[in-house]
Amino acid sequence: MRRVLRRREIIADVWRHFEEEPPTAGDARNLIIPLLELRADPQTWSAYPGPLGVRIAPADKVEDLAADLPRLALIAVEFPSPTEGRGYTQGRLLRGRLGFAGELRAVGAAVKRDLIFALVRCGFDAFEVAPGEDLMACAHAYSRYTVAYQPGAPGSLSLRQRFSA
Amino acid sequence: MYRYDDIDETLVAERVTEFREQTRRFLAGELSEEEFRPLRLRNGLYIQRHAPMLRIAIPYGLLSAAQLRKLGDIAHRYDRDYGHFTTRQNLQLNWPALASVPDILAELATVQMHAIQTSGNCVRNVTADHLAGVAPDELDDPRPYCEIIRQWASVHPEFTYLPRKFKIAVTGSPADRAASEVHDVGLHMRRNALGEIGFEVLVGGGLGRAPVIGQVIRDFLPLADLLSYLEAILRVYNRYGRRDNIHKARIKVLVKSLGVLQFRAEVETEWQSSRADAPHLPQAEVERVRACFRPPPYACLANIDVTANREPEFRAWYRYNTRPHRVPGYRAVVVSLKAHGRPPGDMTSAQMAALASLAEEVSFGLIRVAHDQNLVLADVRQQDLYATWLALSRQDLATANIGMLTDIIACPGLDFCGLANAGTISVARDIQQRFDDLDYLYDLGEIEIKMSGCMNACGHHHVGHIGILGVEKHGEEWYQITLGGSVNGFTALGEVIGPSVRQHAVPETIERIIEVYRERRAEGERLIDTYRRIGMVPFKERVYASRAQAA
Repeated sequence: MRRVLRRREIIADVWRHFEEEPPTAGDARNLIIPLLELRADPQTWSAYPGPLGVRIAPADKVEDLAADLPRLALIAVEFPSPTEGRGYTQGRLLRGRLGFAGELRAVGAAVKRDLIFALVRCGFDAFEVAPGEDLMACAHAYSRYTVAYQPGAPGSLSLRQRFSA
Repeated sequence: MYRYDDIDETLVAERVTEFREQTRRFLAGELSEEEFRPLRLRNGLYIQRHAPMLRIAIPYGLLSAAQLRKLGDIAHRYDRDYGHFTTRQNLQLNWPALASVPDILAELATVQMHAIQTSGNCVRNVTADHLAGVAPDELDDPRPYCEIIRQWASVHPEFTYLPRKFKIAVTGSPADRAASEVHDVGLHMRRNALGEIGFEVLVGGGLGRAPVIGQVIRDFLPLADLLSYLEAILRVYNRYGRRDNIHKARIKVLVKSLGVLQFRAEVETEWQSSRADAPHLPQAEVERVRACFRPPPYACLANIDVTANREPEFRAWYRYNTRPHRVPGYRAVVVSLKAHGRPPGDMTSAQMAALASLAEEVSFGLIRVAHDQNLVLADVRQQDLYATWLALSRQDLATANIGMLTDIIACPGLDFCGLANAGTISVARDIQQRFDDLDYLYDLGEIEIKMSGCMNACGHHHVGHIGILGVEKHGEEWYQITLGGSVNGFTALGEVIGPSVRQHAVPETIERIIEVYRERRAEGERLIDTYRRIGMVPFKERVYASRAQAA
């Protein structure tokens, strides 16, 4: 079973992606579906019996998810390449403006230790890291910096900080 | 100047530790080049034509003597005994070994310096007027606000992977010596009717492939809202800026595609939604930073005539290389890094050490870097000017050509840069050789030549009175010449004069432009004024006339 980093702990992942194993009838396990899938068949998915998560791409506008948030236990944000930066803003907006309180998970080939500290400060609390990446090193990345100039997302790391919100 | 507190020192030290670990993983093969690239770039490290290049941040161009001495020392021990000052007020080392870069960064940290975000798709070094705090025409000193912006932008959790680089310039003077209108964001200091400090905000300026002059999106932004408003601009840019094409990724393209009114509406909407969660700028913090930029303890002096009975060389230097100061009895001295025959902006370790000591003796131990690749001693007593000139002359730093044709701005070009299409250093040398007579230069008056080795326009060629752009044609180096560009309070983009010319023909081309100017100029007119009056045609006809006709 896949292991993920969640709130500094390395744990067995209770979630699976739709593409890995589509659900069968009566299946109520934790499931992450692509946003396109949710949009294609909203009625079926709102009736899914188990915890549901959705995976969004860099170009997706998070405001469009506002009505779906009460149904979602997890949002997975894609980081496909090391230079893709829109997911940081998506995280900030989901946590701050939209008040999403479920699991906010970074997924994709670029999710390595070098992104973790900034992502945590943008409100992410879970990481499905790139294949081969050292999860322990990722856990250590939470404490890469002990100071910051800017305020972080609500509830993220408490640091010695210059500017508050 | 600003002194780091414990938060600043800790952050820079932790950044060095982080980059040391990233470099180790890259050298051990644990990070691919593609993965390491954005990490090294935002620590100022390029891989160039011959070797890595390290770009060291000099925030808003201000250096202490200890810092300049350390830069000279680093250039001596880790590089080839010299560094190159850039149009963005930074210093580039052209030959450091990749494996020793973490050690260089640790050395920089000992004098409160770093290379954070001097490259990469993030907020770059914030630049300012090199005469900030001393210029007579200044509304207020912009540097405290530059420092606040520097801190806010450093290791920003949300805006470190923008679509493209992002440059901010702040100016407190109508003369705009910071070229603020060709920056992604330009901030012009203003006072409102209550006398409170704020900013006119321009957005979407930039040189490069498609040069644009920035447009105003806010007439007066109160100081307390500075950071929240910048966050709103950057958030709109981070979300909607293009990422599919590197040449269309700057914010200027987004502003153009939305139209400035729509862009402004997006920013205002975002700002209203986010300002409550955005970084707050408390007055106490503003005061803490402002206190670092209080004027030095000037003596109470009167203005004096220092040129009487001095040699003509000194008088020329006084006239061309010194500037008025707001405090009686003082002048600002421009240290020329444009000695004829030397690459523009280059400085040796020995020169850095000597200038550091001189600054301690005559200018309160501070040195500024100007965007035109010269340095400035901003606070020299008029009675010390002669000794200062002698000391600078001994170091070959007193060429009295500031603002003249040979005070050329140039990027490093093909000799060093991995992006360049053509050389710049040899072209600058050929021009300086052709125009080596200082008296002739003085007769020609103020002429700005700005040269870039490629479209990225690090040499600001679009805004040179004479712009020179290196282009590659069938594997050969050619040069496109523009006329009529300017910054400094009246920003205009130059126009291409005609087909590009070969390297050896560049000095001759400039000579012909100068000929037309000398024949047609009115009393007191600079080249740029004559060009604006008579237009391109006479220059174009002369440049492309066959030699027989031209003679």
